Formats: sequence, structure tokens, C-alpha cells
Amino acid sequence: MSDDRHLDGNAVGGLLLEIFGREMTAELECCGHCRAVNPVAAVHVYLEAPGVVVRCPACSTVLMVITELESSHRVTFEGLRWIEPTKW
Amino acid sequence: MAGAAIQRRLNWAITEVVELLEESPRVRSVVLMSPGWAGHLSGQHIDIRLTAEDGYQAQRSYSIATPEEGDLLTITVELVEDGEVSPYLIEDLQVGDQIEIRGPIGGYFVWDEALGGPVQLIGGGSGVVPLMAMLRARVRTGSDVPFRWLSSARSHEDLLFQNELDGMASRDGVTVTQTLTRSHPGDWSGPTRRVDKAMLDEYTWPPGDRPLVYVCGPTGFVENVATSLVEIGHGADLIRTERFGPSGR
Repeated sequence: MSDDRHLDGNAVGGLLLEIFGREMTAELECCGHCRAVNPVAAVHVYLEAPGVVVRCPACSTVLMVITELESSHRVTFEGLRWIEPTKW
Repeated sequence: MAGAAIQRRLNWAITEVVELLEESPRVRSVVLMSPGWAGHLSGQHIDIRLTAEDGYQAQRSYSIATPEEGDLLTITVELVEDGEVSPYLIEDLQVGDQIEIRGPIGGYFVWDEALGGPVQLIGGGSGVVPLMAMLRARVRTGSDVPFRWLSSARSHEDLLFQNELDGMASRDGVTVTQTLTRSHPGDWSGPTRRVDKAMLDEYTWPPGDRPLVYVCGPTGFVENVATSLVEIGHGADLIRTERFGPSGR
């Protein structure tokens, strides 16, 4: 799956650091659908959707949706199986 | 050091513009002083937040173009037509102005000497900015890790860091190749097409040398280059990519 509208996990490094309190882009994530394991930096990120949509770079399954609330964020874990703070 | 820089919590900080450098008709470097800056790794970026008088805020990410240098960091910004942030940074920002940043951000698209090499840098358009931080770090630390640089620009006037790259290319262990895809001067000796497999074969480290490869540029550029690299035999685990676009920076 490829299109030119997405960026990648690097583009939400600041947002993830704000939400989770640590640098996440070098950590590994696993897709709950195809079980592909990739660095968080390699996920496909759609910033122009309502909220931030994070998709598996292998099968495009929605892994996570981040929506902005009044003074914080809601993170919906859709198809994400795990994130592991192993350094890439 | 690096660990401390990465693990620190992320807060917005006020920085001061101390110098502005015109890099090309559409690109400007902004040197910021951030008191108490904890340092950064080459390849990391910062987020910039602009606030209008009515409270409306716009935020974008910009790669840091320079290696760690005390309280100073430089971002290099390309004009995005109709953008919300880059026109302000390029056309309105003055020395002495203050802007809000947070960072450094990123632990994946980074290089320091401990990672070794050889290193292959491949950039499209202003995607060369974080790669320049890596190359500048190599030179500044006196590292002997061999680097090859391949970048793609539309025309000669769009080339960034031209004089500096020419100077670096004469050093041992650094080769620089630039391709011009849309127009080129009559005496241009470099390639004049988009990066393709034949160009990767001719100018970049072969897969057998197991280079660390960093690819940064617009999404289409990154996807094409990364796919070609895997097809000619590079291990996907040695290729690190960073995509950018109008909405992100």
C-alpha cells in the first residue's frame, strides 16, 4: 500500500513524547492484524485526517488514532498489538 | 548524554533568533539560541509553535541542520506555498524575534559516531537538512567513518549547502553526488535525472559493504528510493527513512 498523503512516525515523535513522556520513535510496534514488527518511526501517519491516524506500513491496518481534546489527547488503540521499548 | 537528551520531558521553550541565512530563493536557515538547551543528536528535529494574536496556534516540525553546539541550533526551512508556518519563518522573521520550540525529538533517524558506518545519505529537496547535520557532525568530531552523499534537487539554484558540500567532498572519506532533475547549467557534470537503481549502483555504497542508509525527502521520493535499495540487495533493517510533507513541516 502506498500513497503520497502519508508521512511517517517521525512526524509524530513530538506528539508521542508529549503523551507518553518518552521518546517512542526508536521503539518497536507490532500490528495486530498482519503481525509485522516495525520501528514506530516507520509507521504511516496521516495528519490531515480528523485526528492523527497511524497505520501499519505493511498492511495499512489502523493501529492508533489520536484526537485532540480540550486540554489533552485521547489515544484510541485500534489494531496495535504491542509497543516494546527495545531500541531499534 | 544522549540518553538524558532523549528521555527528558518535553516542554515548550522560548528561543531567540540570532542569525538568518538565505540558502536559496526558497530556503532560509534560522539560527536559534535556546538557553539551557540539553543538546541533541544529528538527525533529530524540533517542533515550532506560532501563536496568532487571536490565540490561533499552528505547529510544524523542522529538522535541526547542525550538530550539538551549546545553546545554538539551526533549522533550515523551505517555503511551502500557502503554508501556515514557513512563509512567516522565511518572509517575516527577524533577528531578535522570539519563537516557541520543543525538542529535541526523535531517536530513530539519528546518527552518531558510535553507530559506525559506512554511512550513505540520500536526500530529496529539503530532505537534505537532517543529513547535513550528520555530515557536519562527522566533520566536526574528526570522525573517519566513510560517508557518501547523494541528493536530488530540481535546479542548480535549489541546491542547498553547495559551497560547504564542495569543501567536504575534498576530504578523505566523503564523496558527494548531486543530481538535478528539472534543469541544469550547461557545464553541469553530475547526473540530471531522478534517483533510480542505476544511479544508486553507480554512486552509493554497494549492499556488500552493509552501509547504514538514511533516506529523507518527500513521501514519494523516500518510498521509491527505499524500494530500490531493497531491490538491489540492501537489508531493510539498515535503511532508516524520514518522510516530510506540507502538513508536517
